[in-house]
Amino acid sequence: MENYLYTALFAPLASSLFVALFAARPKMLFTGIVASLLIAVSMICSFVLLVDVNTYGPLHVTMMDWIAAGNLEIPFGFVVDEVSVIMMVTVTLVSTIVHIYSIGYMDHDKSFNRFFSYLSAFVFSMMILVMSDNFVGLFIGWEGVGLCSWLLIGFWYHKHSASWAANEAFIMNRIADLGMLMGLFLIYWNVGSFQYDDVFAAAPELPVGIVVTIGIFLFIGAMGKSAQFPLHTWLADAMEGPTPVSALIHAATMVTAGVYLVIRAGELYSLIPHVGFAIASLGAFVAVFAASMALVNNDLKRIIAYSTLSQLGYMFVAAGLGAYWIALFHLMTHAFFKSLLFLGAGNVMHAMHDELNIKKMGGLYGSMKATAILMSVASVALAGIYPFAGFFSKDKILEVAFNEGAYGLWLALFIGAGLTAFYSFRLVMLVFFGEKEHVKYGIHPHDAQPFVIYALLPLGLLAIVAGFFEPTFEAFVTRLVSEYHIHIPHATEYLLIAATLGIALSGIGFAVYKYKRGGFSKSLEEKACYRLLSNQYYIPKLYERCIMQPFTVLSKFVWQKIDMKVVDFTVDIIAKCIYSSGQEARKIQSGNLSDMLRWMIVGMLVLLAFAIIYSAMM
Amino acid sequence: MIGLTHYLVLTGILFSIGLVGVMRRTNLLMLFFSTEILLNAVNIGFVAVSKFYGDLSGQMFAFFIIAVAASEVAVGLGLLILWYKRNGSVDLNSLQMMRG
Amino acid sequence: MYEVIAFYLFAALTIAMFTIVVMSKNALYAMSALAGGMIFISGFFFLLDAEFLGVVQIVVYSGAIMALYAFGMMFFDTTRDVSEKMRSKKIAYTLFVLSAALIVIILCAPLASSSVQANFPTVEHVGNVQMIGLVLFTKYLIPFELAAIMLLVAMIAGIVLASKKMDEHLNIEDEELGNVKESR
Repeated sequence: MENYLYTALFAPLASSLFVALFAARPKMLFTGIVASLLIAVSMICSFVLLVDVNTYGPLHVTMMDWIAAGNLEIPFGFVVDEVSVIMMVTVTLVSTIVHIYSIGYMDHDKSFNRFFSYLSAFVFSMMILVMSDNFVGLFIGWEGVGLCSWLLIGFWYHKHSASWAANEAFIMNRIADLGMLMGLFLIYWNVGSFQYDDVFAAAPELPVGIVVTIGIFLFIGAMGKSAQFPLHTWLADAMEGPTPVSALIHAATMVTAGVYLVIRAGELYSLIPHVGFAIASLGAFVAVFAASMALVNNDLKRIIAYSTLSQLGYMFVAAGLGAYWIALFHLMTHAFFKSLLFLGAGNVMHAMHDELNIKKMGGLYGSMKATAILMSVASVALAGIYPFAGFFSKDKILEVAFNEGAYGLWLALFIGAGLTAFYSFRLVMLVFFGEKEHVKYGIHPHDAQPFVIYALLPLGLLAIVAGFFEPTFEAFVTRLVSEYHIHIPHATEYLLIAATLGIALSGIGFAVYKYKRGGFSKSLEEKACYRLLSNQYYIPKLYERCIMQPFTVLSKFVWQKIDMKVVDFTVDIIAKCIYSSGQEARKIQSGNLSDMLRWMIVGMLVLLAFAIIYSAMM
Repeated sequence: MIGLTHYLVLTGILFSIGLVGVMRRTNLLMLFFSTEILLNAVNIGFVAVSKFYGDLSGQMFAFFIIAVAASEVAVGLGLLILWYKRNGSVDLNSLQMMRG
Repeated sequence: MYEVIAFYLFAALTIAMFTIVVMSKNALYAMSALAGGMIFISGFFFLLDAEFLGVVQIVVYSGAIMALYAFGMMFFDTTRDVSEKMRSKKIAYTLFVLSAALIVIILCAPLASSSVQANFPTVEHVGNVQMIGLVLFTKYLIPFELAAIMLLVAMIAGIVLASKKMDEHLNIEDEELGNVKESR
């Protein structure tokens, strides 16, 4: 089985390195095919491992010693247990589909090969992240995905907005990673090991204050990667990257790494339920906050990005309240339908010649039937309508909130569900139905190539049926993470389900009703609350005013006053001293033999003086 | 009684006279004379040390110094004559091509 | 007593001769004084029981080297006074005083290591020339041969350098030099 593990892990690396050989060349179709094949191999191995773990239990291997310095000993070890194998399967499955999709999507791009190299490198980093058996390995993967994310957001680096967004994402993540590093240092300081097993075994004996600090610091790391408030702004801007990247990294896998961290460190967080509750509260807040921003946005990808944010909030609610398997379950189903939604959006973008404003689309159903159906399916799943995947996972999270007696959280999530349903169908209505706005711009949309559509079919299928694996999934995952029991009377439970379904359906119904008749009036756009939402609560502006501008001023001050006037000045002085002394000493070299002889005698005198001093010292 | 110190002081004085010559002279030929003085001063020192320590090495050194001086004069004079034929002067101040 | 008188006499004469060499304006005087100084130095060698070196000093220095200088000077205009403009006398004399003081201090100071082991101790009742011959042809054979080769090379070099274009006149050389300068 070890061979499967190593294949699953290193096939993406092999793919990345192989494709990187051709990175600077013009497009070569085989690079995409080879990369897709190798990722598919990784996926197959992951599935084999899933079956194996299901039959024989977790697999733990130590490849080699990695860091051995003093007391610090970190092996290069990998663990495939119930949680990580689920992540592996999810990651490789979505990655495979995204790779195949990208062959079609990036067809006309000059940097076709480079794209696949980055994409495979990302998959490798993600596999390291989820498979590592210690926190340091996780951190390496964590940084690896951050790097690949930066590379891929800024893939079209000649576009200023893209490179800006890439830097923003990277810097935001750096801020959060500092928190995570602090957490790791604290763990080592107090436990003396980075192995998950050792840390979790030692955690109950640690003082509660330490555990709380560790938990908070680790969660700060998770906040950055999963774009939780207040570090959320980068995710929407990250949509500057190619759409497959958005689907893979900024919807299905990387952004869920934060949730994975909380699930992985679940044993730590179960010791400190109040921190868990804080996480859950933040999650619930983000769920509504992000959903509200999605309501008014007109950018196709940004709407989906906000929806991702909102769904990540749901996951954090479940993880924070201790329902780890539910969080993981929502993570998985969300990966399926959200990447489907993004890839569908990619098709639409292609058809519309990279037009992103949904107000300029409309009536695309006629020309892109397959994409329209797939995106509708994904939207229904996102809205949480029975029997689609989202229903099962999202509903469970609402039940968890209710079960914990956190009615405030429940209410927030409940409203969030309604908003989700509304904005996802607003998107579907505006893009695929209604007036054909795009005709005005002279665009003749056509559907994507058939193989692209076929590649999306597995995701569509999973978005429909994944929910039915719920009992199996629960039994499988709860072998590792703690079980979660819901003690709500059946009648109340059904009432809750009915209520959630009701608000989701009414959200859909409202959206369909409104946008069938031409949407809202223009006057709404003038209202203050609309402007507040469309400007993302003015948070990016706030950051710019309160952080970026003072920082720029400070940097300019340090540059002009400290660097130029102190540091450079000192260096210049040294250079000038040497230069002028050279100018002065140049006169010695007069070319006159007499002078040279005199200098020789001076030298002799100095040596004699030294000899005297030396002999005196003896 | 004359000891080693006497000879060494004499050596020092002669050497210093040689140094004065080196510094003072701008005529190349005279400069050669001064270097001969330097070499001879050192020779006296070597032989004196050899005598008072009962060691022949000093005399050997003096011997080789004489050999070196002889070759130096041969080559040096050759160059000097060549230079004189080119420039018509052996003044050091006419030799300033290496000015930096 | 006789040794003391000899030492001081020779010392005074040598210093006087060398001072003339250094100070004289006339090249011929300087050369003659140098030759005299060389001979007086050979006197020191005899005083120090280094007869061989004394003889070598007279033969090589006063005979060969001085003769060489004498021949060399035939090329230069020696009847004319050597006009020397010494620049910055102060520096030169300061250096002279300093170096003389230092050298004397060093040489008068008690020798740093008084336990000097003789490498080739002199043997009683054996003549100086015999001892030098023994050491020269046993321990110093290779340096001796090298010195011989060096002298040969120096001789050839002297001949080649001095005899180059011996038959051509100075003016032609001047013209050539001018051409070279122009072409630069």
